[in-house]
Amino acid sequence: MKIRFEKRLNPSRNIQYLIPPISILVALGVGGLIMKLTGIEPLTAYKAMLVGALGSSYSISETLVKTTPLILASLAICVAFRMRFWNIGVEGQIVVGGFFAGAVALYLPVLWESIPGPLLLFAMFIAGFLGGALWGFIPAALRAYIGVNEILTTLLMNYVAIMLVQYVYVGPWRDPHGWGFPGTPQFVEKAYLPHFPGMRVHLGLIIGLVAAVIIWFILSRTKWGYQIRIIGENIKAAKYGGINVIGSTILVMVISGGLAGIAGMSEVSGIMHRLMDGLSAGNGYSAIIVAYIARLNPFASILVSFLLAVLLVGGDQLQITMGLPASFASVLEGVILFLFLMGIIFENYSLRIERSKNHSGLLASQSDSQPK
Amino acid sequence: MLIALLATTIQSATSLLYATIGEIYSERSGILNMGVEGMMMMGAVVGFASAYNSNSLFIGLLMAMLVGALLAMLHGIITIVFRADQTVSGLALSIFGCGLANFLGQRLGPGGTSLVALSGPKLTKIAIPLLSDIPVIGPTLFNQDILTYVIYLLIPFAAYFLFKTRPGLHLRSVGENPQTADAMGINVNRTRFIYTIVGGLFAGLAGAHLSLCYSPGWTDDLTAGRGWIAIALVIFAAWNPSRAILGAILFSGIGALQFRLQAIGTDIPSPILNSLPYIFTIIALVLITWRERSNKSIGTPAALGSVYVREEKR
Repeated sequence: MKIRFEKRLNPSRNIQYLIPPISILVALGVGGLIMKLTGIEPLTAYKAMLVGALGSSYSISETLVKTTPLILASLAICVAFRMRFWNIGVEGQIVVGGFFAGAVALYLPVLWESIPGPLLLFAMFIAGFLGGALWGFIPAALRAYIGVNEILTTLLMNYVAIMLVQYVYVGPWRDPHGWGFPGTPQFVEKAYLPHFPGMRVHLGLIIGLVAAVIIWFILSRTKWGYQIRIIGENIKAAKYGGINVIGSTILVMVISGGLAGIAGMSEVSGIMHRLMDGLSAGNGYSAIIVAYIARLNPFASILVSFLLAVLLVGGDQLQITMGLPASFASVLEGVILFLFLMGIIFENYSLRIERSKNHSGLLASQSDSQPK
Repeated sequence: MLIALLATTIQSATSLLYATIGEIYSERSGILNMGVEGMMMMGAVVGFASAYNSNSLFIGLLMAMLVGALLAMLHGIITIVFRADQTVSGLALSIFGCGLANFLGQRLGPGGTSLVALSGPKLTKIAIPLLSDIPVIGPTLFNQDILTYVIYLLIPFAAYFLFKTRPGLHLRSVGENPQTADAMGINVNRTRFIYTIVGGLFAGLAGAHLSLCYSPGWTDDLTAGRGWIAIALVIFAAWNPSRAILGAILFSGIGALQFRLQAIGTDIPSPILNSLPYIFTIIALVLITWRERSNKSIGTPAALGSVYVREEKR
C-alpha cells in the first residue's frame, strides 16, 4: 500500500477555510498531551485559560488590550511578507518605535509646556512611525543594494534594539524619584492615548482597525500593491517588467517598520505610560503566526489577532491562577503554525491511497502525472 | 589573562561550531532550517534536565541529541513530506522550541518544579598530557571539555566527508541539482531527510554544551540568539566547514572580550558591550555578502529552500 499526494485540478476553497480551525483544534489536543506528560490536567488548564481570557467583561477588555499591538504588528508582517521580504524584526521595530515615541512624550512637554494634548500625541505617533521605519529601513537597504539576508539582519537587530533601548531607560533616563525602578518617569497625562471608559482598551485599537483598512486598500486595490506581490513571486519578472525593485523594497520596509513602530507607540502611550520592561513582549514574533494564518490578509489578521490574544492572555492567566509557565502559550503558537503549514498542502493536493502490488515506481508516477 | 580570554573564546566557539556544522549538513542537502535556535534551546533544557535527574552527563548529551534530531525530523516532515515553506517552518520550529524549552525549564526540576538556579553535573576540562604543556596553545586548545575535543575531529571530518567522499558528493548534489541527482539514482528526499536530522543532532549538542559546560545550569532564553548567529556563520563560512572555524572564533572572541571588559570594569555600559556580538555579526554578514557578490563565488547550494517533487517541474 502506498499513500501519496495527488494534485487537485483546482485548489479547494473549502479546505482553505477549514485549515485554520482544524489547526487550532488539533494544536489544543497536542498541547493537552504535552500538559498531560508534564503532570498538568489539560481540561482544568484550558478552562482557566478560557475563563481568564473571556470569562468577564474585564478579561475580555484585557484580551482586546493584547489584540491591539498584535493587529498593528501583524499588518507590518503582511506588508513585508507579501513581497516575500522576511521581516522577522518586527519585535525590534516595535521597541525602537516605542522608544522614539517615549522620547517625545518625555522631552517635548519640557521644551513646550503648553503643547496641546492631541498635538503631542500626533508628534508621538509620527516619532513612533519614524523609529520603526528607521529600524526597518536598515535591513531593507542592505538587502536591496547588497543582497544581505534579511532574516538574519532583522532578527539580530531585535537583540540590538532591545539591549540599547533597555540601556537608555534603565541608565541615563531612569526615574530619579523611582526608588530604583527600572524605567523612566511617567509621561505627562496628555501623552496618554485616550481609553474607553472604565477599561484599559485604548485608541490604539481603533488605530489598528483603521490601519488594516488602509493596508488592505494599498495591497489589493493599488498598482503598487500588485507590484510588490510580483516582486515576491518572481523578482526577475518584476525587474523585466520595469518595476522599481530597490525602491519598492525600501518603501515596503519603511511602511512595515513604521506600522510596528506605531504598535510600540500605542503600547507606550496607551498602556505603559513610561518606558520600561515589557515593551518587548514577544508581539513581533506572535504577529508572524497571526499574519501567516491570516494568509497575509489584513482583515483576517484582525480576527486571528483576537484569537491569538485569547491564547496569550489565557497563558498569562495560567501563570497567575495555576502557577504554570505562561510560555505554554508560545508552545501552542508554534504547534498551530506547524499544523497550519502541514494543512496547506491539502488545498492543492488530495491524499490518495494506492494498493499497488505489481506497479513499478515508474508506472505509479506516470499514473500520477497531472493532466495538462 | 590573554590565555584565559583565548580559552573562553574556544569554549564559547564550541557550541557555535556544533550548530554551524549541523546547519551546513542540512543546507548543503537543500534544506534550510531556521529552527536552530529552537533546537538548541530544547537541547539545552533537555540535556540539562536529563543530566540532572539521572546524574549522568552521558544521558544528558544523548537526550539532547535525541531531542534535536526529533525536532529536525519534524521540520523534515513538514518541509519534505508536506512540502511547506522551509523558512516559515523553521521559524515555527524556533518559536515552538524556545517556548517549549522555557515551559519545560519550569517543569522538569525535582517533582515538577523549576530547573532555574539548580546546579547539576557539568563537563569538566580535561588537560591532554604533553599537548597541554605547550605555552599559550596548550592551555587554550588542549585544556578543554570533551565536546570541544570532539568538534576538533568533527570539523575536518565534515570537510573530508562533504568534498572527498561519495556520500558527501551525493549530499551536495541533492542540494545543488536534485533533478540530476534523482536521475543518477540518488533518493533526493531521503538524503535530505537524513541530513536534516543530522543537523538536529548537532544543534541539540550545541545547546547541551551551553547548559552542561559553557554556562552550566538553566535560565530562560539561555541560548540568547546563538542559533541565529550560527545560521549567519553558515553564510559567513560559505557552506564550508573549515571556514566556519575562523568565523566562530571571531564571534566568540568578541563575546569573550566584552565579558572580560565587564569583569575588569570599564566605562562602556554593559548593554552596549552585550549588543556588540550581534552588531558584529550583522557587519560581517554585510561584508561577506558584498565580497561574495563581487567575486561571483557564492557557495549557496543552488536548490537551497526548494521543494523537490519528481513529477513536477519547478
